[in-house]
Parts: sequence; C-alpha cells; structure tokens
Amino acid sequence: MNKTLYDKVWDAHVVGQRSDGTILYIDQHLLHEVTSPQAFEGLRAAGRSPWRLGANLATPDHNVPTQNRAAGIQGIDDPIAREQVMTLDRNCNDFGIRQFDITDRRQGIVHVIGPEQGATLPGTTVVCGDSHTSTHGAFAALALGIGTSEVEHVLATQCLVQVKSQNMRVEVKGGLQQGVYAKDVVLAIIRMLGTGGATGHAIEYTGSAVQSLSMEGRMTVCNMSIEAGARAGLVAFDDVTLGYLKGRPFAPSGDLLEKAEQYWRGLISDPDAEFDRSIELDADKLNPQVSWGTNPELVVDIDDVVPAPDIFDDPAKEETATRALKYMGLEPGTPITELRLDRVFIGSCTNSRIEDLRVAADVVRGRKVSSDLKSAIVVPGSGLVKAEAEQEGLDQIFSDAGFDWRDPGCSMCLAMNADRLYPEERAASTSNRNFEGRQGHLGRTHLVSPATAAASAIAGHLADPREFM
Amino acid sequence: MKPFKLHRGTVVPLDRANVDTDQIIPKQFLKSVKRTGFGENLFDAWRFNDEGEIGKNPNEREINREFVFNDPRYQDVSILLGRQNFGCGSSREHAVWALLEFGIRCVIAPSFADIFYNNCFKNGLLPIVIKEEIIENLFGIAKDQLALEVEVNLETQSLSIEAMDDIFFEIEPGRKEPLLLGLDDIGMTFMHSDQIREFEVRHRQAMPWIFDHD
Repeated sequence: MNKTLYDKVWDAHVVGQRSDGTILYIDQHLLHEVTSPQAFEGLRAAGRSPWRLGANLATPDHNVPTQNRAAGIQGIDDPIAREQVMTLDRNCNDFGIRQFDITDRRQGIVHVIGPEQGATLPGTTVVCGDSHTSTHGAFAALALGIGTSEVEHVLATQCLVQVKSQNMRVEVKGGLQQGVYAKDVVLAIIRMLGTGGATGHAIEYTGSAVQSLSMEGRMTVCNMSIEAGARAGLVAFDDVTLGYLKGRPFAPSGDLLEKAEQYWRGLISDPDAEFDRSIELDADKLNPQVSWGTNPELVVDIDDVVPAPDIFDDPAKEETATRALKYMGLEPGTPITELRLDRVFIGSCTNSRIEDLRVAADVVRGRKVSSDLKSAIVVPGSGLVKAEAEQEGLDQIFSDAGFDWRDPGCSMCLAMNADRLYPEERAASTSNRNFEGRQGHLGRTHLVSPATAAASAIAGHLADPREFM
Repeated sequence: MKPFKLHRGTVVPLDRANVDTDQIIPKQFLKSVKRTGFGENLFDAWRFNDEGEIGKNPNEREINREFVFNDPRYQDVSILLGRQNFGCGSSREHAVWALLEFGIRCVIAPSFADIFYNNCFKNGLLPIVIKEEIIENLFGIAKDQLALEVEVNLETQSLSIEAMDDIFFEIEPGRKEPLLLGLDDIGMTFMHSDQIREFEVRHRQAMPWIFDHD
C-alpha cells in the first residue's frame, strides 16, 4: 500500500469515468444563499429534483446582517439581499432540503456549522459553492469548493466530475511558540507557496505542529488552502478528530460509531505513500504573521517592516507589490506595528470558532479597545458558538473592552452585508482574503490571527500579541 | 451550453498577475438570484472610479480612463489576454457569467486557478493556457498601436494572427469535445445513472453512517 490520504478518499468515491474526468460520489453538500439560486432555477427549468435530499444542508450566511436578527428575514434592510435569503427559504421548502434558517439558533457560516453539527465526517466527500469548503478537509475529508453549475450538477446527480489533483505534503515541524497560532502557520505556508503555488494540488498537512492543533486550528489551516491555489487541504484522522465528533447531532453513535471508527483509523497516508511535491516549515521559529499587500502571499512577520518591491526577483511580483503598496497606502520600510487601524474584525470561516474567541478574549480581558478605532466587532461563526461563548462570559469580556458582540454570519470577511470598510480605511481582520475591495470599496485589509487582531484593537495599530500575554 | 468552435475577435491585454474573482465581479453584485445582469459590472472597481452598486446607471458612472478596458483601442473586445493564476480566489461562477455577458468568449493566460477554469467549461467560455514566453510576446503586440485580432480555432487548437505563425495550444480532449458540441453537463452524467445507483448501494453498505440522517 502506498496511497496518500487524498488517494484513499478519492478512490472510495469513484463512480465511473466521463471523457472529461472522473465521476465522484458526493456524500455531503452544503448550500448557502449566494451560489445556489441559479442552481435551483436550473433544476426547475429542466424538471429535475435532488438525487438524495439527505445529503444537503443549507443555511444563509453571506448576506445576513449581524444585528437586529430578532426580526428574521424582515430585518434585512437591503431588499436585494433580503430577496436572496428568501429565495433560499423558498428553494429549500420547495425541494425539501434541510435548512437552518436565519432565525434558527444553529444558523451560521456553512463552514462552521457543517463540522459543528457532525455533518462533516472523516473519509467523506464534501462540496459547497464556496471556495473555503477546503475547511472540512481538517476531518480527513475530501472537501471541494465548486461553482454554481456544479452545485446544480451535485443536486441533480449526487456526483461531481473532477480531474484528480497531484499530491502535495506540507510538513510543519516542531511546535508553536506562545502567541503563534494556526492562522500564522497557514499565512506562512501561503507566503512560501505563493497564491498560485499549489494550483492543481491537494495538500496534506502533516508534522508535529499540525498534529498538536485542535480541530479548530486544523480547520483554520485547511480553510486557507485555496489561498495558495490548492484544490483541497487535508489532515489525517486521529484521536483529536474522533474526540471532536463524538456526541455531535449528525455524527454516528453507538455501534455505528464503532464501525465508523474502524474505517476512519485507516484515513492516514501510508508510510510509503508518494507525494508529487513536499515542503517543510519549522514551527519553532515562526512569529505572528501579518499580510501587508493585496493577495494572501504578501505576508511578513509582525516585527518586520513593509517591504520594498525590489525584494522580488520576478518582475511580475515586483509589479504586483508596487500596485499593492499604492493601494494599501504604505511606504516601504515602515514598521508593521506602526500601521494605525480604523477597524478590527474578528470572525469569518477562518477564525470564528469558540477557540478563536477564547484566544482573543484572553488578550482583551481587562483592557480597552483603542479610542482611535471606529469599530471593533466580534462575529461568532454560528448561533451555537455564540451561545457557548456567552455561557463562558466571553461576550462580557469583549463588550467591557468596547467590542461589538454580533450575530453569526460571514460579515466583514466579504462585506456583502452592512459590516464593511469605507475607502482607505485600514483593518486588522481574522478573515482570509486581502484582495482589493474585498472588505469594502478601497478598503485596506491586514490578515492576522485572532490574538493579533485582539492585541491590535487594544493598541489601535497592528500589534504583537505576545506583548499582551 | 453555448458551443465554442471558431471565434475571431479583438484582444484586450490585462497586464496583471493573480486577477482574482473579487475583481472580475465584486461582491455587491452577487446578491442577484439570476444568471444575467453581471456584464455591466465586470471589473467594476477597475473600470469605474466611483463605487458600484446594483442598479446604478452605467451612463452616470465615473469612468477610470487609465484602465485598459476603457482605452479606445480596446472596445468591442472578445478575447482577454491575462497573466498567471487568472481567476484565483472565490468560486463565484458570476465571474464567468460577467465575462461572457460583457462579450468575452475566450481568456488566454499562462495559468488559471482551478475552480475558475472548471467554471469556464460549464458556460462555454474557453480558457486557453499558453506558455509564458508566447504570452509575453502577445502582450507586446496587443499593447501596440493597433489592437490585436486573433482567430481562435478550438477544433485545430490554434490561434491565428495575421503575419505570424499559428500558435497551438493544449486542451484536455475530454473537455474539448463537450465544448465543441455544447453538451449538457448534467445530461452527460445522467448517462451514468445506473453506475451511480449501483455505487450508492455499495457505498451505503460500506459506510452506513453517512446515510444515517437521510
């Protein structure tokens, strides 16, 4: 046996071959309001219905407001956004698809609720019309982001046509120092690989620093696989995976769990598995990471300075860096920790789980958000994360410090709702993309870990979280 | 799906690497529940200086004269010449819909992001991968005084440019055929319905826990 984990999950789902790729069976399909309406419309137009209803789970997340949620759909001010959320309601009702609607306490970001419900299971294929579906690979699952035509295809056929990716191993050796987290690991990996560096590959994250991460941390790492261009990111099954799944509503229990566990134990790469590419990263030496540019490979250490474009040998990268500096309003040589902020956002499918909120709350406890900030918001990833945080008193810590404690959704990660940056405002954000305009027209995003975001909110400028511990 | 066989058109050179789908169609336009209406907001934040919103009259927008799409030489373009990792980021198929509706039938670049590349084939937009050196050369010509006209022939997998040798490109045969014929993607998989059903029966026996909540 010389299969990688990716090979194993792939092989277990091959239905057949089409001329343009392999037909893979899809176990779990997650849906949200933005990339599904045209797929449902396509089904209707062709007189088709979903192949296996139970495979689907839907929730509105991208467009939902993070305030005034008691009003439900009527609380969405933007009429076009409201119609999109209503359309998801109608489609789920018409076709009989399970939905956690805007008023359900289990509603949240799809990539938070899938794992939270135990709907994301080891060794399964998971798809969603969202590129951050790679998150679910933390469960030794093959999780793929897909387009709307593919959403319709999966609904109709329960299959996805795919060309197999190459195998890449990213080994993170050693252990993380205090103040350094999963987010810093994945930012450092993207910095090494580049935004297109893993195109055509499925990455398996291995090594002691990955094994010692919680499921939340592993999800953070897998979540951003797409930012290096990877088709998927995976982490092998172990006791941490099993411990997380036990007792979750959609996860098996009793005899079925025992049977499942026997299978899940095999969800690791064989010792002699061959990877097409391997890279290594030393966690011991890793510092907190901060993005300075307009794509997620433009990253430096928190104690570094804004780089000059001529550090890049490749003229295309130099040109990208020059554009990025202009867009971000930065001068080369400026210490990163001197960059003053307008807003801080803690949330998104990358960093809105309970562990993220605990880490941020630890930094914030007993301190105050800088009066220089226009806003600092915490947006839990789901209604259940929110409830758990409130039970632990985290909401109080954030509120006392001057953070806004909000309701769950994608929020300022992509600013489809009211939470956003205004032109030339600068933010520390725990989200995943710093593209031009991502968080608002002409907004300037610095991607950081929850600890760094919390420390920066207190300081009013980008700050090293280790100084707050 | 609209078939793609032969297309002749003008090239617009977009000289930027890592063009992400957030740029191709910004998020505020993703609220629509339709497949149409995205063309006029293609590259919205780059084509216009004012912030775009759904329903804003395009004739009242402030045009960014510096952006290549607004250069008088590159009007009525239908072939986009791009740089590496074109279409990275968000999986939004709206990016492909916006390009098509704007009139772009073909994107030529040294490399594409995976999800965008897949989305192209589902909609009859042809993504062509060409070596970096040739791309460099094409940028040189396309940025010249006269706009570059190219004939794209999917059948022969070639690009014809006046006074130049034909440029040949690779494409997976399995992807070429459906595009040439404009085949229905779901219909193609439905031809394997029996196989899917048989697989499902085996899969349910092997991993019953997956089907426990059906």
